[in-house]
Parts: sequence; C-alpha cells; structure tokens
Amino acid sequence: MWIYQKKLQYPVRVSKCDPRVARYLVEQYGGADGELSAALRYLNQRYSIPDKVIGLLTDIGTEEFAHLEMIATMIYKLTKDATPRQLEEAGLGPNYVIHDNGLFYNNSSGVPWTAAYIQAKGDPLADLYEDIAAEEKARATYQWIIDMTDDVDLQDSLKFLREREIVHAMRFKEAVEMIKADRDTKKVF
Amino acid sequence: MNATKQTRDWYPFVGPFDPCPPKYVKTYVVPPNQFIPFQPMNLPQFPLADALRLGTLWPALFSPYESKCRPGEAQKG
Repeated sequence: MWIYQKKLQYPVRVSKCDPRVARYLVEQYGGADGELSAALRYLNQRYSIPDKVIGLLTDIGTEEFAHLEMIATMIYKLTKDATPRQLEEAGLGPNYVIHDNGLFYNNSSGVPWTAAYIQAKGDPLADLYEDIAAEEKARATYQWIIDMTDDVDLQDSLKFLREREIVHAMRFKEAVEMIKADRDTKKVF
Repeated sequence: MNATKQTRDWYPFVGPFDPCPPKYVKTYVVPPNQFIPFQPMNLPQFPLADALRLGTLWPALFSPYESKCRPGEAQKG
C-alpha cells in the first residue's frame, strides 16, 4: 500500500504562457521513456527479482509517480487557460478535439501509451540494465525539453527531475553490483 | 562539485556540399554516475536546502545542465 502526501515532490512554477512546451512535456507523461512507463516498469519487476533489490524498485517506482504528478502539474498550468486557437498553434489541436483540456497518456506526437514500452524479462540483470537505460533516456529527454524553453522557473523543476534520473541510474547500477553478489566476497580478505 | 568535466566533444565530418551551416563541434553529456560503480559510504553531502533544490544529497552525483535556449529565444506558444 501507499501513503499519499498531498504535495508535490518539488515545487512547479511556470512563469511563461507557452502551451507549446506542454506538448513536449507530454513525452515525459505518456512517452516510452516517460514517468508512467518508469513507474509501471519498476513496480512490476519487483515480483521476479531477488529480495534485496525489491525495496529499491518500490522506492524508485513510487518516486516516478511523484515525478508524473509534477509533469502533470506543468502541463496543467501551461494549458488550463489556453484558448482552442492557442492550443492549435501549440500543436495541441488534436488533443483538444479528443480530450478538451484533459491530459492523456500519449507521447508528444500523440501516439497512445502502450505496455509494449516496458519489459519484464524475469531475468534480474536484463531487467536492471533496461532500468538503467530507461533512466539515461529519460535524462536525455529532460535535457532536450530544457533546451526547448527559456522559462527559467520551468527549467528549474526540469533540472531537478533530470538530476533524479542520474541518481536513479546510479542506484540501479548498484543493484546490478548487488545482483552480481561479488561485493560480500570481496570484503572477506 | 565533481571536478571532472561532464561533457565530451566530438568533431563530425563536414562535407563540402552540406546544405546547412556546419556544426564543427558536437557535445554530449557524461554524468558522474558513469564513474561510480557503487557509491562509498560517508561521502560529503550538500546542505539539505541545497540538496532539495539540486535533486541530490551528494555533490559526487550532481550534474549541472544549462538550457541551449537563450532568454527570449523560445517561440511564442
């Protein structure tokens, strides 16, 4: 079970009316390397991985949902007061026609999220290396989104999220070392 | 802060008939997690307020990134 705190992991402030960026942020919402994919991937892998890394997958998978909320908040702020015309100019015309101002799990090109984005190979090393790759891809995606906006407040929140990807990749790399299980033997000199 | 540079440069081929002005140098990021197989105990820590803002408690894991979009450069939405 989970305990929910009704606040964001990190403050989200958007100081420029720029719905164009909302479209790009959707990539981290329902894209292949987005936060939804990350959360579901990690939480799902817990049932076929050695006990000692289950907690890590729980912690990081949970944090990904906190990131998902931050992304949703950014998209919400950028689109909530936009007119249909503004949304259309931002490339979000099709989204408006289908969802009004509603968020949907698709990528920045409008392709709906699919479970095919995530894998559960059942092999601990294969799964963990996928997780490391996913974190680095998400880090890169954050870089390219940061490059697309000159809103320094939005950049600030995105830089926080980018750094978290780096820390997560670090932790998954450590999980690989634990799975390899040569750390304990090394200590017995 | 991590003392080592976190970007790498490479120099792509520039052809005589390239249609667009060439980029002579391309850069990619190599974050510090690539050089730590397993984080040692008792590394130095940021003050908590800084750690929250930066996204990590550990200077050894901190990776700065600056937008390539200059102020006022982004399109109007």
